[in-house]
Amino acid sequence: MSSKDIIIEKIRILKLDQKPLPEIPDFEGATDLIQEFCISIVSNKGEILSAEELIKKLESGIYPSIFSTDLTFEHFSNQALPVDVHSFSKLDLAILNGQFAVAENGAIWLEDSDLRLRAIPFITEHLVIVVSRDSLVATMHQAYDRIGDKHSGFGLFIAGPSKTADIEQSLVIGAHGAKSLMVVLI
Amino acid sequence: MSHPQEAAEFLKDSAKSKWHDDTLWFIRDKRDKMSHTIPEWEELRELASSIKDNVLGNLADYLEEFERNASKNGIHVHWAKDAEEHNAIVLSILKKKDCTAIVKSKSILTEECHLNPFLEKNGVEVVDTDLGERIVQFLGQPPSHIVLPAIHLKKGEISELFHERLGTEKGNEDPYYLTQAARHHLREKFLAAKVAITGVNFGVAETGEFVVCTNEGNADMGVHLADTHIASMGIEKIIPKRTHLGVFLRLLARSATGQNITNYNSHFRSPESGKEIHIILVDNGRTAQLGRENFRDSLKCIRCGACMNTCPIYRRSGGFSYKSTVPGPIGSILSPGLDLQKHSSLPFASTLCGSCTDVCPVKINIHEQLYLWRQEITKAQGTSIKGLSMKFGNGIFKSPLSYNYSGKIMRMALKNLPKSLIYNPLNVWGKQRDLPPVPNESFKEWVKKNRP
Repeated sequence: MSSKDIIIEKIRILKLDQKPLPEIPDFEGATDLIQEFCISIVSNKGEILSAEELIKKLESGIYPSIFSTDLTFEHFSNQALPVDVHSFSKLDLAILNGQFAVAENGAIWLEDSDLRLRAIPFITEHLVIVVSRDSLVATMHQAYDRIGDKHSGFGLFIAGPSKTADIEQSLVIGAHGAKSLMVVLI
Repeated sequence: MSHPQEAAEFLKDSAKSKWHDDTLWFIRDKRDKMSHTIPEWEELRELASSIKDNVLGNLADYLEEFERNASKNGIHVHWAKDAEEHNAIVLSILKKKDCTAIVKSKSILTEECHLNPFLEKNGVEVVDTDLGERIVQFLGQPPSHIVLPAIHLKKGEISELFHERLGTEKGNEDPYYLTQAARHHLREKFLAAKVAITGVNFGVAETGEFVVCTNEGNADMGVHLADTHIASMGIEKIIPKRTHLGVFLRLLARSATGQNITNYNSHFRSPESGKEIHIILVDNGRTAQLGRENFRDSLKCIRCGACMNTCPIYRRSGGFSYKSTVPGPIGSILSPGLDLQKHSSLPFASTLCGSCTDVCPVKINIHEQLYLWRQEITKAQGTSIKGLSMKFGNGIFKSPLSYNYSGKIMRMALKNLPKSLIYNPLNVWGKQRDLPPVPNESFKEWVKKNRP
């Protein structure tokens, strides 16, 4: 008998009661989605920027190497998509598009098609996600309704920058991944 | 050593144990505030608990459904009946990949399986990449909390450790500075690793995908830079449908640390082009626990750690006092199922106040299960000193004469006997606390005098 057969048999032999799955009701969530989303991002230690504010930052030259998949900011991009993502180990800024965002917690959904390479939002020193105001949903329930049964090899909710509080519970932004998350609502 | 002996060790440094107590209570408080902002919070807990009820009743079906869908998506699915087999599977994958150094993100299951020492013995360098886990790994310690692995350490100790191991400035205790040193150190490891190991927060039967949540982004840094991702998952981590993630992700981080959600929540469904994902489904005592009706619900746990943060015993005795991979209240109901002898003092490490049950996001009746384990353990252990004193007490309470008489003797004895005799090691109630002053008369005598 394989280990799988042993484990499955050990469970089946118990003949446990089968309880029904509950229905998940429609929880409404916030009504002012934009306000709620911005509060969430800030509490996750991210920042909300206008397109103009981002352009000012990009023009200031503080990010020497930039990779953008977003068309609005594409002319600031000076890096091509590499074959091996390891060569992005010194990337200063990535600008990606999010598909939609969740007001209750600031989580922004990205899939393989948005990321190009899965490591990009992590390996970059700083991250910008551009997401449409009209795409906001109130809660995680609505978020999964929206994803539906769409298939992507990888999907990701990003809600803030990389952070840790493992040293005496002092919050430090920039553990392993992006040291900042800037969100541009368009 | 038993839990009380281990706890006494932790309490020797009273300033530090006070800090530990206060800090965990602060996190519990954050959890409260956060949960109060969600009007349907209690409904969500109820939903999560019912979904897990359904999972436990149909576990075999969901596991097979998960395997079918994951395999269809190109994920290699392995099954391990125990820790030994889990470790052997990991090693065989590493050997196939000719890999001698791996990065690993937080996984309580691999701690439970003692994967690190096994791999190291077989010539593999294991680097834990969660900052707290890296710190305790440097010290050769296990994590003392499942969400906050280094909560038992002060920054001075970490500063000294990093000075020794990473060459940071001596005496520099700034958490930002120390974290940046770890970031540089671990980035090299991430860039070099060919295989990365992670745990699993949720496996979804319907889609064959699995979800990993972190704040640091270390799980993703590891797996997306490596060619091979190995995920270790306890079989109880399965949930039926993707839509159920909405319920669990709303509860997990809010219960754990009082934040809205973890900053990274990754859904792995198929490998990136040219790469591999392996998932190991591990039993290691879970099917046995499933068969124990009284303790079955402990398998609903989503490992948020809220029961530890609220527990008056955990907060004051520290994670190491439990000598169990999962400490705290939930560990005290899980671990006796794995080794009753070794963990027999844990169900007694509780005031049975029920705070753990109140904060549990999946509504496990933790304190009731603690009480039930006590009964199992007492049955298994036979006569105890407590049992003898109960028999003695029974004799006294049987006759009013002996009761009145022994009361007088006790009042006299407590006043006149030397302290060393009263606070003897057998009187556990006299440890670290004084008895109240002894009254001159019994309550009965007082009533006679004052309420004639």
